[in-house]
Amino acid sequence: MKTFNIDSREHYRNKVFPSPFHERQAALNENREWSRWYDYLSVPAYTCSTMEYFAGRNTCGVFDLTPMTKHRITGPDALTFLNRLVTRDMTKVKPGRVGYSVWCDDRGQVIDDGTVFHLHEGDYRLCSQEHQIDWLLINARGFDVSVVEDTHDVAALALQGPTSCAVLKKMNLPEVESITPFGLKHFDFEGTQLTVSRTGYTGDLGYELWIDPDHAGVLWDRLFEAGELHGIQPMGSEALELLRIEAGFILAGEDFAPAMHTVRHRNTRSPFELGLGWLVDFDKPVFNGRRALLREKAEGSRYALVKLDIEDNKPAEHAYVYDTRGRNIGWVTSAMWSPSAKKNIALATVETPHGETGEKMKVEIYYQRELKWHRKMADAVVVRDAFWDPPRRRATPPADF
Amino acid sequence: MTEHVVIIGAGHNGLSCAAYLARGGMRVTVLEAAGQVGGAALTREFAPGYRVSAGAHLLYALDEGLRRELALDRYGLRMAADSLYTIALDPDGQFVSVANGALGGPGAAAADQEAMALYHRQMNRFADIVWGLKDQLPPRLGTTGRKDLFALGKLGLRIRRLGKNDMREFLRIAGINLYDVLQERFESELLKGALSLDGTLGTFLGPRSNNSVFCALHRFNQGRGYAIPAGGMGTVSVALDAAARAAGAKIRTGARVAGIDMEGDRVRGVTLEDGEQIAADLVVSNADPKTTFERLLGLRHVEAGFADRVHHLRTRGCVAKLHLALDDIPQFCGLDGEQRGQRLVVAPDLQYVEHAFNPAKYGEHSARPVMEISIPTVHDDTLAPAGKHVLSANVQWAPYDLKGGWDGAKDAFLDTCLDVLEEYAPGIRGLVSASELLTPADLEAEFGMTGGHWHHVELSLDSFFMLRPVPGSAQYAAPVNGLYLCGAGSHPGGGVMGCAGRNAARAVLAGAA
Repeated sequence: MKTFNIDSREHYRNKVFPSPFHERQAALNENREWSRWYDYLSVPAYTCSTMEYFAGRNTCGVFDLTPMTKHRITGPDALTFLNRLVTRDMTKVKPGRVGYSVWCDDRGQVIDDGTVFHLHEGDYRLCSQEHQIDWLLINARGFDVSVVEDTHDVAALALQGPTSCAVLKKMNLPEVESITPFGLKHFDFEGTQLTVSRTGYTGDLGYELWIDPDHAGVLWDRLFEAGELHGIQPMGSEALELLRIEAGFILAGEDFAPAMHTVRHRNTRSPFELGLGWLVDFDKPVFNGRRALLREKAEGSRYALVKLDIEDNKPAEHAYVYDTRGRNIGWVTSAMWSPSAKKNIALATVETPHGETGEKMKVEIYYQRELKWHRKMADAVVVRDAFWDPPRRRATPPADF
Repeated sequence: MTEHVVIIGAGHNGLSCAAYLARGGMRVTVLEAAGQVGGAALTREFAPGYRVSAGAHLLYALDEGLRRELALDRYGLRMAADSLYTIALDPDGQFVSVANGALGGPGAAAADQEAMALYHRQMNRFADIVWGLKDQLPPRLGTTGRKDLFALGKLGLRIRRLGKNDMREFLRIAGINLYDVLQERFESELLKGALSLDGTLGTFLGPRSNNSVFCALHRFNQGRGYAIPAGGMGTVSVALDAAARAAGAKIRTGARVAGIDMEGDRVRGVTLEDGEQIAADLVVSNADPKTTFERLLGLRHVEAGFADRVHHLRTRGCVAKLHLALDDIPQFCGLDGEQRGQRLVVAPDLQYVEHAFNPAKYGEHSARPVMEISIPTVHDDTLAPAGKHVLSANVQWAPYDLKGGWDGAKDAFLDTCLDVLEEYAPGIRGLVSASELLTPADLEAEFGMTGGHWHHVELSLDSFFMLRPVPGSAQYAAPVNGLYLCGAGSHPGGGVMGCAGRNAARAVLAGAA
């Protein structure tokens, strides 16, 4: 079943649809506020985004992922197709594994990032931030491959936080604790198949659950039953935003302008400029952007994306970044006070050659105190590692919390 | 160790490229699928005892420098006739001739004489700009390379040097349609019809389609007129073949390339249809870009944006080739002996030509087609038995993807062609002893060019110079290490010139240096 039928003649009458979890979400959505995420209604915050954030770090939070754009890629050439599409080597992502990657245009500029789930041998799910079906079909020419957008055929929840594994164990999913980070397993669940992957957007222990929309309600109910004593909470997109910044994960449209939506060429970014050079595998003979990226590697990049540790506690949202001599060298793209790291953190774009780990910078922060505006030139330093990266994120089996 | 270059296809550009590469010190092997060299520059028998230029039939663009440099005349190239002019046929004998800017014939309007002189002078100057680019390596856009900037600057300067009035006129008309330009300038419907054919021949354009002025400029060869090589167009290829061999190139016919082989991100050679593998350091393809990338290489070996541009290349051929074996010279209304050997055109007025084009848009052939006719046997008696004649005509529009396919439609279209000819040369039907009609589908099958398109890729401003065939391969080098293009799909396009082959050879040699 589809969450809604895009093939229906009437589909154009409505543009925004309730997710298959909508009834459950509505019952818990005290704020009664909804936002739009592509074709679906999404919850910004059920009650209080701060509390939902803390559930993600201290117990576990449930986030509705259904609106995320999903594609199913199958056929004899599925692997070669994906290998030409994305920058990393997909032969290394074996069945039952998940790979994060970016994909570029011929200029080596990032179109989007996302995760590829190797569900079964030669059978892949590609999740992307942006709608990608047009680009994927263009890419499919010359390959014996089937590419289908199945966003509406798959209901998905993210279950993130230290008690997430305990909750899943309580749901009697056999050996769910044996799933390693970026691994996935299929389970029989209420007469259907539930796929559990150890993935997420929070940089913590967490899972994502994939199921057909008909079983969305029962999945939600079973999850909340099992999680009752493990502090399970519904989580909105505002909390997720805080969690992903702490983890140092970038967001298309916020930390970089996706190449397909960018008119001015200078405003796009290459994987190197996003700090994702580790995803670029030049050993592959061909992938989109390879020739341009080889040139960039030889000639140098224009920008660097950096993590900043900023003094004091005023979030540096939309701040300009300066070098120590006061020259403007970039700007902040995401910023927050990190309650878990106890640091004032930001992701920023700076012009090269700036951006070396340990480099000192200045950040121009504007903030209000009882409506009065203040300006502060705060000291900042470039750090290498994510602000939040606990060992439990990687431990297998995860400890019981 | 000298680098080994394999050239796919022994069309005239493949041969010209081979000759220049071999002269440049490369080890060259040309692989030709057909049993003989030449591609669509070929003379062959179409009926017992009757031979004809089976593809291109009038020579108007062969590069003089190339002819000299490769000493083609020493290898047998000779013209049976040159400086042929155009005669616009009229059923009542009121024909108009256009020879180097001068009008003649009983149908010529006095008012058009002066207009023709001006048109001729301006088109010559404008065509100089287009022709001036033909032996130039197209610049890359968006670079700060000195060569690139210089090439662009030179183009700008050429246009500027036209002077204020001509420059304004050039900029005004270069992108628009020939219909409007001819309507502005001429009175005679017959003259306008005939001139409009120059803007549409071999392309998917009618006189009212924008870009037809550009196509006319691409054909405007400084008033040198048309030539017919002795022995037909194949003589050009035979001479190029000899020149290439003399320079050391190896040329194998009957060797059909099935695929281009890759090793990592480099070409490694080619595999023939019979499975034979031929190793090469470089591969140069004389095949059209679609065949090269989609069929021989595989789109998976190029990046998706480039693959997409190749996929969307316009390659819909729309010219049929008609060959008639005639028992006697046909009597065209009003023409005397010498005139029958000229370039004869059936395009009685602009409206007729536009209406001939219209059905092509919908996958149908013209009910009343236009024609460009040549009777080479007037100049060359080796092509037919004594006293007999051969008529060769380009007929359009005959779209490649005819609705319902060509299989059932060919006889009817041949009949249509003969009906039209009968109007202009009464009694010609009775002279026909054999005939052959090559639709674009047949041209594709015989010469291997996608869509049966003369130019491999539609000749238009959006696919010219640094945009031909598509950005990313406009400097002959494909975006695949070691692979180059040298055919009509590359700058400066089709027509028997040899320039694409020579330019490609220069690019290969510059890349290897």
